[in-house]
Amino acid sequence: MKRLGLSPTGLVAAGFLLVVLLASLGAPLLAPYDPEQQDLTAALAGPSAEHWLGTDRLGRDVLSRLMYGGHVTFIAVAEAVAVYVVLGAGLGILAGYLGGWVDRLINGISDLLLALPGIIILLMVLAVFPNNGAATMAALGAMTSPVLLRVTRGVTLAVREELYVRAARLSGLTAGRIMVRHILPRLAGPITVQVFLFAATAVLVQSSLSFLGLATPETVGPSWGNMVAHAAAVTSQDLWLAVPTGGILVLTVLALGLLGDAARARPARRAAPTRAYRPVVPAVTSSPPAVPGPATVNGAAPLLSVRGLTIAVPGPDGPVTVVRDVDFDVAAGECVGLIGESGSGKTMIARSLLGLLPAGGAVTAGHALFRDRSGSTTVDLARLGEREFAAIRGRRIGLVSQEPSSSLDPSFRVGSQLAEVIRRHEPMSRRQARARVLELLATVRLADPERVARQYPHELSGGMAQRVSIALALAGNPALLVADEPTTALDVTVQAEILDLLRDLQARLGMAVLLVTHDWGVLADLGERAVVVYAGQVVEQASVDDIYRDPRHPYTRRLLEANPHRAPVGQGLPTIGGVVPSPTVWWPGCRFEPRCPDATPRCVAGPVPLEPVGGEVGGSANRLVRCVRAEELVRR
Amino acid sequence: MIPERSTPLLSLRNVTVNYGRGRRRLPDAVQDVSLDLTAGETLALVGESGSGKSTVGNVVLGLVPVRAGTVTFAGEDITHATGRRRRELTRHIQPIFQDPYGSLNPVRTIRQTLVEPLLAHERLTAAEQRERVALALSRVGLEPDAADRYPAQFSGGQRQRIAIARALMVSPRLIVCDEPTSALDLSVQAQVLNLLRQLQRELRVSYLFITHDLAIVRHVADRVAVLRRGRIVETGPTEQVYENPREAYTWALIAAAPVPDPEQQRRRRLLTGAAQSGSPGPARPAPAESTSGR
Amino acid sequence: MVRATVRWLASSAALLVVVTALTFVLTSIAPGDAATAILSSQSGSYTPEQVERMRHLLGEDQPLWARYGAWLADLARGSLGTDLFSGQPVTEIIAARLLPSMSLVVGTVLVATLVGTWLGAVSARRGGFVGRLVDVVSLLGFAVPSFWLALVLIELFAVRWRLFPPGGYVDPRDDLGGWLATMTLPVVTLSAGAIAFIAKQTRDAMSDVLAQEYITMLRARGLSERSIVYKHALRNAAIPVVTMLGLTLVSLLSGAVVIEGIFFIPGLGERAVVATGDHNLPVITGIAFCFTLVVVTTNLIVDLAYRALNPRVRHS
Repeated sequence: MKRLGLSPTGLVAAGFLLVVLLASLGAPLLAPYDPEQQDLTAALAGPSAEHWLGTDRLGRDVLSRLMYGGHVTFIAVAEAVAVYVVLGAGLGILAGYLGGWVDRLINGISDLLLALPGIIILLMVLAVFPNNGAATMAALGAMTSPVLLRVTRGVTLAVREELYVRAARLSGLTAGRIMVRHILPRLAGPITVQVFLFAATAVLVQSSLSFLGLATPETVGPSWGNMVAHAAAVTSQDLWLAVPTGGILVLTVLALGLLGDAARARPARRAAPTRAYRPVVPAVTSSPPAVPGPATVNGAAPLLSVRGLTIAVPGPDGPVTVVRDVDFDVAAGECVGLIGESGSGKTMIARSLLGLLPAGGAVTAGHALFRDRSGSTTVDLARLGEREFAAIRGRRIGLVSQEPSSSLDPSFRVGSQLAEVIRRHEPMSRRQARARVLELLATVRLADPERVARQYPHELSGGMAQRVSIALALAGNPALLVADEPTTALDVTVQAEILDLLRDLQARLGMAVLLVTHDWGVLADLGERAVVVYAGQVVEQASVDDIYRDPRHPYTRRLLEANPHRAPVGQGLPTIGGVVPSPTVWWPGCRFEPRCPDATPRCVAGPVPLEPVGGEVGGSANRLVRCVRAEELVRR
Repeated sequence: MIPERSTPLLSLRNVTVNYGRGRRRLPDAVQDVSLDLTAGETLALVGESGSGKSTVGNVVLGLVPVRAGTVTFAGEDITHATGRRRRELTRHIQPIFQDPYGSLNPVRTIRQTLVEPLLAHERLTAAEQRERVALALSRVGLEPDAADRYPAQFSGGQRQRIAIARALMVSPRLIVCDEPTSALDLSVQAQVLNLLRQLQRELRVSYLFITHDLAIVRHVADRVAVLRRGRIVETGPTEQVYENPREAYTWALIAAAPVPDPEQQRRRRLLTGAAQSGSPGPARPAPAESTSGR
Repeated sequence: MVRATVRWLASSAALLVVVTALTFVLTSIAPGDAATAILSSQSGSYTPEQVERMRHLLGEDQPLWARYGAWLADLARGSLGTDLFSGQPVTEIIAARLLPSMSLVVGTVLVATLVGTWLGAVSARRGGFVGRLVDVVSLLGFAVPSFWLALVLIELFAVRWRLFPPGGYVDPRDDLGGWLATMTLPVVTLSAGAIAFIAKQTRDAMSDVLAQEYITMLRARGLSERSIVYKHALRNAAIPVVTMLGLTLVSLLSGAVVIEGIFFIPGLGERAVVATGDHNLPVITGIAFCFTLVVVTTNLIVDLAYRALNPRVRHS
């Protein structure tokens, strides 16, 4: 039982079913009374010491009759399930694995079975085989098998398309072996779920037929259905009888249903990235810290000033900090690149500015001061609630994300989606909105805006969809655009156009851009300043020119050396040994230390601060590096 | 065409692939493609999405049917090889896929996955199997105890190494690498690429290296073929194609990829940016935007 | 478009033929026949010659395929045969009983869809406690047998508290109020399971949709939570739910038979039960035909709705 990993509810349900099953199958040995034994003096008695669940109209013990009745029920369920599984799973596997005409044929049969008016067929089968429960249950199983067939076929198809199955095929394994090694194990779960749900249905159907007197009449013996019928006849005298007779049905079906749900809810073992982004109220710190004054950049207060930003997400053993103590600024109209590899935390930082951290994630410390256009008020993005974010999102900060095709609602036309966003930020008539829609589509350089506005997202190419996504982000005239890997999913030629567009928009609209990327080429093309993120920390900050010409942090330097564009051809590519440390094992000192060839014991003696570095002559100010050896390493 | 030093290991002649069936008409996925690959050599197939580069790889692996043309491997025509012949061929032709997360069954240990090629092609005792698995793992730089763990316990780069180990289990002569490093971080990518080169030197295995990233082609490939919309646009030794592209498309492809050097990038933009003004629907020689599904 | 219509017509015709042929086959291999049923209902005893004559009168001595052929010929002329017992045209019988059955089934579908989708949407949005509450209610709705629920409801609401009539049916054209009164308990009973099922499906579909990237992006663009859930998410979740509705209706047809019996509603289902016992072939076949027509029409409506909702399918 434990290996099945059932939830507590599942265990209770399973336990209950086991008890009922044993009681029913063991009825001849366990029942306190003979089910037909009458005692008219004790008719319709409520629960008592002699009769735990009372008696019926003829004084027969209800508990005993329920136990014998259970026997009928479980046999019927077994018969139905047998046919259900053999037909449903068998045909489903064949259809899913073989495909082609076999699939089409089986699907045709399946649709036919599904469309049959079930009860009519059952009634007729009952007429053909009176009092033969097996035939009726087999018919029920056959008619419902398309449900299991569909599920089985779906899973088989899905698994067949999995890359590891393709690899197995290309390893030379035969179809049979692949079936056994890869497909059948994946089917066990879904089939179990469906079997439980169907078993529940079978219990209900069997008891309905029995209730109507069409199967197992009372003269043959007790069944749960005919016991309810019996109770129905005497409701005016005694309502109690309805309770145990209905109760056993409800509880059994409930238990089967719960087991079905429990089997379904078992977590998949593959660690799939959770993409359920839901807004969360950021964790409020216990004492309001003093808000530090934002540093000035080039004499003016920056548009966005992030200080000490710390973000945590839920983990299996409690919250895990994935971003710690991040500082950086974005000036108005400037393009700042947040650059790092996967797991660096750069996406978290970007999303936190809009309050769009994944489910359960929250900012646990730090500030993100955002100045609005007029310059008068400042909000702390790290402290906003959902309602307050609604005023910021789209209107003052926009977002463009990585996958253009999945960032648009597939059910609405482009024009309609744009108009909705436009009117959300600025009340205007429908006609005005329509004009603005066309204006925006032209701004993002889409040829034939009229036509695009009428199209659905699935009709757009990747590049067009990304332009639409940018237009949607611009609809509210934001001062800052957060671009989260905006070109990663696009072809290189389309990427160049989109980067060009972003550069143009930045210049024309005076909009600041926070560019999140892992691609150093993209950063070089679009960025003005770079913020290098490693293992949840900022390790270096400089102008883009400085950072490519003269990287100071060993990580930045090694990363640039490993870049295939810069590495000399002919020798092997320079590598960085080791792996990025996972957030669960972070330590206070330099997190790059295990992989750094220049490491010294000083590096892990304590937390390393992000400090200004003296720039070379001609370099710009505002260079920050988190390395105790930053100065020394230059001199080499 | 380069002068042939020896008979090519793999040879495609006028291969055309079309996924349309019956009344459904589709444009050719791959049209009239010819290429050669000699033993111990790496040929890169470069192109954007829809160029057909993955389809060519799938043709070599036997995953898609060929509508026209021939595929020759080690002197044998394998164009329409089916069933048992294909399974036998898997001894000599192996894949490495792009997705390190999907290519290993998550509920099977590494050993169970690595053993599959052995089960298909050789009869070994359990002890012999263990030995071969350990050997393969050490060859890709992993500890032997990795064999008893599950994929979820490894990083992306490590999983790709495991995929390489699986490909090497039966000593193939040709490995089709379909974007093997595209899903990896830069620092890890270098490790995997170096490993592939090293293995090639040690084992004399040939690579059909499919990628969209022109930059790494220079570090891994001896020759490169550029594809566009199912046709080969240009072939030649890597350095030659990179330094002196003959075709406008190749040139556009190289020019479009941004280089990690802001000054150089600015200069490149000026060169290519003549037509990239702020007008809607720029007209340029590179492939224009088009709606899908037509 | 034309091709799709032709395909639908062909598959529907095939379905009707299969169902009616199956009906014929099953009814004739069932032990007993209408002749003996009629004779035994008229008088206690009868002679074999009387049975023979009655069988000939009813056409029961004809071979099966001939009887089916005759039935098809009748169908071509727009007739469904006559009741073996009463001689009444089957079309008349069906017409008289169609409205009660459809009141029950359609009423249930409407109620279950409205209540179910609303419950599902709310629980998907709120999650947490409300979500679990909906789960529990769903499970109970599924687990409680409809006939038992009917009994309890009748006992409480009709007998003890006298709020609704315990059974029967009133034609809405005569008395709308009465019709509503007689329909309430049956619809409530039949809806219980359907609401549970639809709520769960909607909730699952909504949860899936709300986890999609484009929902996050809609939020990032500043749209209100209400618009996101009730306009965008519901619209996208409707697609899988609508396909489920077709299945739901087919199973409701079956459930309605039981309910009609308990509440004494003179509908098709109730008549079918009687006719099966009597081997009243024309009536059974006629009702099976009618049910199948309903199924086929429902599938068509579901398919059209699916195409209307899913732009990807529309343009393929």
